[in-house]
Amino acid sequence: MQNLSPHFPALIIIVPLIAALLISAAGWLNRRFCFPLAALGLFTSLLVSVGLLSSVLVKDVILYRLGGWPAPWGILYRIDRLNGLVLVVIFFVAFLNLIANKRTVEESFPEQLGGFYALYVLFVTGLSGMVVTGDAFNLYVLLEISSLTGYALIGIGHERAPLAGLNYLFVGTIGASLYLLGIGFLYLMTGSLNMTDIGSLLPGLYNNPVVVLAFLLCMTGLFIKMALFPLHAWLPNAYSFSPAASIGVIAPLTTKVMIYVMIRITFDVFTPEFSFKMMHLGQVMVWLSVAAIIMGSLFALAQTRLKRMLTYVIIAEVGYMVGGFWLGNRMAVTGAVLHILNDAVMTLCIFLAAGAVIYQICGDDFEDFKGLFRKMPISMAAFTVAALSLIGVPPTCGFFSKWYLISGGIAAGHYGFVVALLFSSLVNAVLFFRIIEIGYFEPFPEGGHGEHHSPPAMEIREAPAGMLVCLLLAAVSLIVLGLYTGDIVTRIIDLAIPPAI
Amino acid sequence: MGVELFTDIASQYNYLGVVILMMIGLYAMIAKNNLVKKIIGMNIFQTAIILFYVSTGAKRGATIPIIQHGHNGHGHEVIHAAEYINPLPHVLMLTAIVVSVATLGVALALAIKVYHQYGTLEEDEIRGRLRE
Amino acid sequence: MRVIGLLIVIAFGSLLRYGVFFFPEWGDPASPASLHVSPHYIEEATAETAVPNLVTAVLADYRGYDTMFETTVIFAAGLACFMLLRVLQRQVPECRLYRHIPTGITLRIEKGGKLPTESGSFERIDANWVPHDLIIKTTARFITPFLQIFALYVIAHGHHSPGGGFQGGVILGAAIIMFAISYDLRRSIQRIGEQATAVLGSAGVLIYAGTGVLCMVLGADFLNYSALAGLMGVDPVMARSHSMLIVEIGVGVAVSAVMVWIYYNLSSAGRHDEGL
Repeated sequence: MQNLSPHFPALIIIVPLIAALLISAAGWLNRRFCFPLAALGLFTSLLVSVGLLSSVLVKDVILYRLGGWPAPWGILYRIDRLNGLVLVVIFFVAFLNLIANKRTVEESFPEQLGGFYALYVLFVTGLSGMVVTGDAFNLYVLLEISSLTGYALIGIGHERAPLAGLNYLFVGTIGASLYLLGIGFLYLMTGSLNMTDIGSLLPGLYNNPVVVLAFLLCMTGLFIKMALFPLHAWLPNAYSFSPAASIGVIAPLTTKVMIYVMIRITFDVFTPEFSFKMMHLGQVMVWLSVAAIIMGSLFALAQTRLKRMLTYVIIAEVGYMVGGFWLGNRMAVTGAVLHILNDAVMTLCIFLAAGAVIYQICGDDFEDFKGLFRKMPISMAAFTVAALSLIGVPPTCGFFSKWYLISGGIAAGHYGFVVALLFSSLVNAVLFFRIIEIGYFEPFPEGGHGEHHSPPAMEIREAPAGMLVCLLLAAVSLIVLGLYTGDIVTRIIDLAIPPAI
Repeated sequence: MGVELFTDIASQYNYLGVVILMMIGLYAMIAKNNLVKKIIGMNIFQTAIILFYVSTGAKRGATIPIIQHGHNGHGHEVIHAAEYINPLPHVLMLTAIVVSVATLGVALALAIKVYHQYGTLEEDEIRGRLRE
Repeated sequence: MRVIGLLIVIAFGSLLRYGVFFFPEWGDPASPASLHVSPHYIEEATAETAVPNLVTAVLADYRGYDTMFETTVIFAAGLACFMLLRVLQRQVPECRLYRHIPTGITLRIEKGGKLPTESGSFERIDANWVPHDLIIKTTARFITPFLQIFALYVIAHGHHSPGGGFQGGVILGAAIIMFAISYDLRRSIQRIGEQATAVLGSAGVLIYAGTGVLCMVLGADFLNYSALAGLMGVDPVMARSHSMLIVEIGVGVAVSAVMVWIYYNLSSAGRHDEGL
């Protein structure tokens, strides 16, 4: 068995894919193998992604030809520092969420374990394939894999889940089709599908309205899928009603991977010179992001249920990253990329904490949180760490990415963005301290919660061990990421952004 | 000016047809009330994009992309690219058609679930039922 | 909603119409799309892969990785329909309808009543009552084997004529669905059960991915079929042609199985007792 490391770029996708197929078969033949296969597949990919990132730090760019054909005739995988980082994040979040939700899945879908885990692993495969590919059409196919499995993972939820899932399907299909149409326009004008190849052929064609239209179509399609204001309406409903096990992997990852794709297309396909200077889109995008941040924060204030409030916080976070990116200067783009990493882990931690609490008290109204700090101290501690990170308190990672974004905003002279960021931090503080206050200071109502159908006081204990361990790992990594920010920025992110910025 | 407009439309009637189809599909998805009509509109929208891609592969006077020589092995004649239409858009659209069928399947499954839950497929009735 | 829809559609349509104006001429052999990548495919594909059908050559070899994920998409759709709709507890229906074939009388038996055995004279029919149609049933039985042979032909002959795994797989799935429609769902599930379709679906994609992994194990890149030349005992060019057939078979198996699986779940809304 020769050294497998030249094949890491392919292995990182193939291992989860084959694991998903075996899980589906195992679901019919012997259900006990489903969870171990899923855990094994995702863990192997996590190790491979860490290996890839460390080799990219040495080699700068890793290319892998699929089928042995050189680009542009075959499909090429291109891994640089940006991809490598996002890949590690994807598998870290997916693996932790899988382990944490083992018990929830077994209780919600006892007979369809194989189907659920196969959909889960296929979803992660689709996302990671989108990140690692260097071919524009291959990205569309993997986008559709992750979208279809996402619609199913959301549609099996409770209450209004099927309707929300169907609406998400309509909007998501329009988004993906617009992206496909944009790629079609680019193919019509250049004849190639490989991203770097298109990037080298486009500079002669910048004045052509077809190329401008292609850019707008691709970007609009991606904005729909990343829920940027005003195309965000599908997100609160779709995420609030999905089952706990799915939301932990869909919420942290979908929007961030779409933001990564936007960055990749803006840098590699349409070079920064075109995207930033010629399109004059920067101002419009930053104001849209400001609107997203403010609107997301205001709507979050109006909610009384935890999960729905968190979905509006996600919309505001998307505004941070998109605004930071389109400001165009080095600090802001560094902040946006750093925030992709940080926000994924923050969202994972807060949804795992919310999931643990909701699992124990069977409800997610704020009223149900009374006195929880005494009954579930560890979960609420992790919740507090995640809340501090969302607010932006050092030494958690959220502070550092906000600092980069604010410095970028000041450097670009865009004070509207800076004010929006500070406003959002303030609102997040209000949101989370409200919950923490109810949990810490309000006495636990003895004898049950009255009309809320939650278990009586004696039975509320700490969450199961599996959930707790993953929750603590996520919370600790928030602090570790914060402490290592300097290293991450200088060794990975600085070199991932093209020097033209 | 009128003649130019006519020659434009005459030379690009396929692309214009695609645009019209796409807009019909998009309108159905946005404005129709019945969920199944929205699903049909989605299918029309995706089919229009497929037609667009396939029509980019056409070449005047060219034949289908299957090389017609026998398998003599060593009697290779020179193959001119202009004699065969572009195979790449067809390949891409095989994938897109499969994706569109898969999306249609999942959409119908979700619509069946919505019907079981609310008893109707009309969106205004469902909204009315949600408000209660 | 209509007004907003109309406005969006008119604005978007005009934008696209304006863009269409600047497209290269339709059918021009010298357009960028025809000059950059595709001449290589047209001129070299048969020499490099020994497959005259250029679309199959590009689909299964040059862009074979995309095709593997396309098969995964269809498999994911089957899985999604299963997860969304399937109701696994058996529900005893309120009443059952039976038809006495010689006389055409329909019997309606409530829950708890004694059920006639299914034999030459009694058959169970669905709640959506349709008359007994000998012509449809006989024609379907007659046509099905020809359909299936044609499907296998389309899969196998994809190298030389339009065809391939997807097309043949859909025809094969349609043959089974035709049987399910002309008779009834229960009879079709007795012959090809849900477990078989689900496992065959994964098996098809595993054949494809497995070929790729085999290439990787033998030292070449993933899905680089020339690595299999030693195993097959032919030169690398023919090895590509043979491996393309293998992956097309995998695709055909997966697609037909998933088509039947989706039909089973959609037509009976997950209950698998009464179909269309």
